[in-house]
Amino acid sequence: MAEKPEDKILHDHNHDGINRRGFLKCMAWAGTGAFCVVKGGILNSYSLSNLAGISPDDSKGELTFVQISDSHMGFNKPANPDVVSTFKAAMDKINALPSRPDFMIHTGDISHLSKPEEFDNVEQILKSASVHTVFYVPGEHDILNDDGQQYRERFAKGSQGAGWHSFDKKGVHFIGLVNVQNLKAGGLGSLGQEQLEWMQNDVKHLSRSTPIVVFAHIPLWSVYPEWGWGTEDSAQALGYLKRFGSVTVLNGHIHQTMQKVEGNVTFHTACSTAFPQPKPGSAPSPGPMKVPDDQLRGLLGITEVNQVKGRHALAVIDSSLSG
Amino acid sequence: MKLSSCVRAAAALLLAFAAMTTASGIFAVTPADSPQVEVKIDNFSFGPGTITVPAGTTVRWVNHDDIPHNVVSNDKSFKSKVLDTDEAFTYTFTKAGTYDYFCSIHPKMTGKVVVQ
Repeated sequence: MAEKPEDKILHDHNHDGINRRGFLKCMAWAGTGAFCVVKGGILNSYSLSNLAGISPDDSKGELTFVQISDSHMGFNKPANPDVVSTFKAAMDKINALPSRPDFMIHTGDISHLSKPEEFDNVEQILKSASVHTVFYVPGEHDILNDDGQQYRERFAKGSQGAGWHSFDKKGVHFIGLVNVQNLKAGGLGSLGQEQLEWMQNDVKHLSRSTPIVVFAHIPLWSVYPEWGWGTEDSAQALGYLKRFGSVTVLNGHIHQTMQKVEGNVTFHTACSTAFPQPKPGSAPSPGPMKVPDDQLRGLLGITEVNQVKGRHALAVIDSSLSG
Repeated sequence: MKLSSCVRAAAALLLAFAAMTTASGIFAVTPADSPQVEVKIDNFSFGPGTITVPAGTTVRWVNHDDIPHNVVSNDKSFKSKVLDTDEAFTYTFTKAGTYDYFCSIHPKMTGKVVVQ
């Protein structure tokens, strides 16, 4: 993607590649060759067609993991009548990575209708991946009709409340949040007071140099509130993370890649492995976007994240399925 | 003559039944005098967003989206199961009042039923 003038960093006071007075925002449609780069250590994002251009140093880290999202198993409409094969293609892509990632994160909408057979299917296909450890957060499609009971039994054993949890991997602290439950009429995604208190307590004892990765289904930043693409109490959650030097937020839900850097926080949304959704405000509704068959796989994908110890920087690489 | 009037009555009944089933779709068991109103779920919105109906009206919501939705009253007095594409939910409003509802999966989708 050609850099637009408004994306240029004009005031880099800390010489770290981040414009702290504003934000760097770049939207990339994976698979079209679009990518956005923040140089200086914090973030690199590439689509698969550009992977060849990344130096080996940039593609290796002491911790690597993959983000997949919005598999919508069970969806069978024209936007993608075969979500099984595109999900399998994502597994193939993961298996073809130069080194095996430490684990995977699924940022929700595992299923389309919360049906047991849909969850079964995803779990079965995931077995074909070289990575066996998967951490989940639920999407709104995973908690239909039973308030997420089945989801928690399958994917969130040992978690708190509606399924929130945290864990540490190689010095990085990961926090999985649930923002799809108990939503109010007219509102956005919501974390709720109980979860916020848990999170505040969860990070209280961490040193400020601990890299933090937060993942949740609905974006934790205001992508497009008119379509419900935001979380009403995310500012409070992010407030607990202000003292940390490196915070990365990974979300799904909007079926397209988007990045934003604001202060110490980099935000990313991942593609769906099932079907693309329109750019904010570009369609009457956020429903599945029908694209020609030969373009579909270019709009679906996975995200690989590398954490390089010592730099406290996370490089996010968005890969499309077509490469 | 008696037989023929019987036939006529039966035919009239059949015609009335046919008319009723045609008018109310699958809801043939609904009393003929119960008004029916349909709300379409399309492009992540309820249409019409607000309906005003007499008490006793049965409202039928039909999902025309490729994405599932549901219909939940704000006070939780009624709640549909998740509606996949072309699935419908019906609810009969017996008492006057204003009923605000939304899709709890996509809470930006809101609607209102005013029962008089």
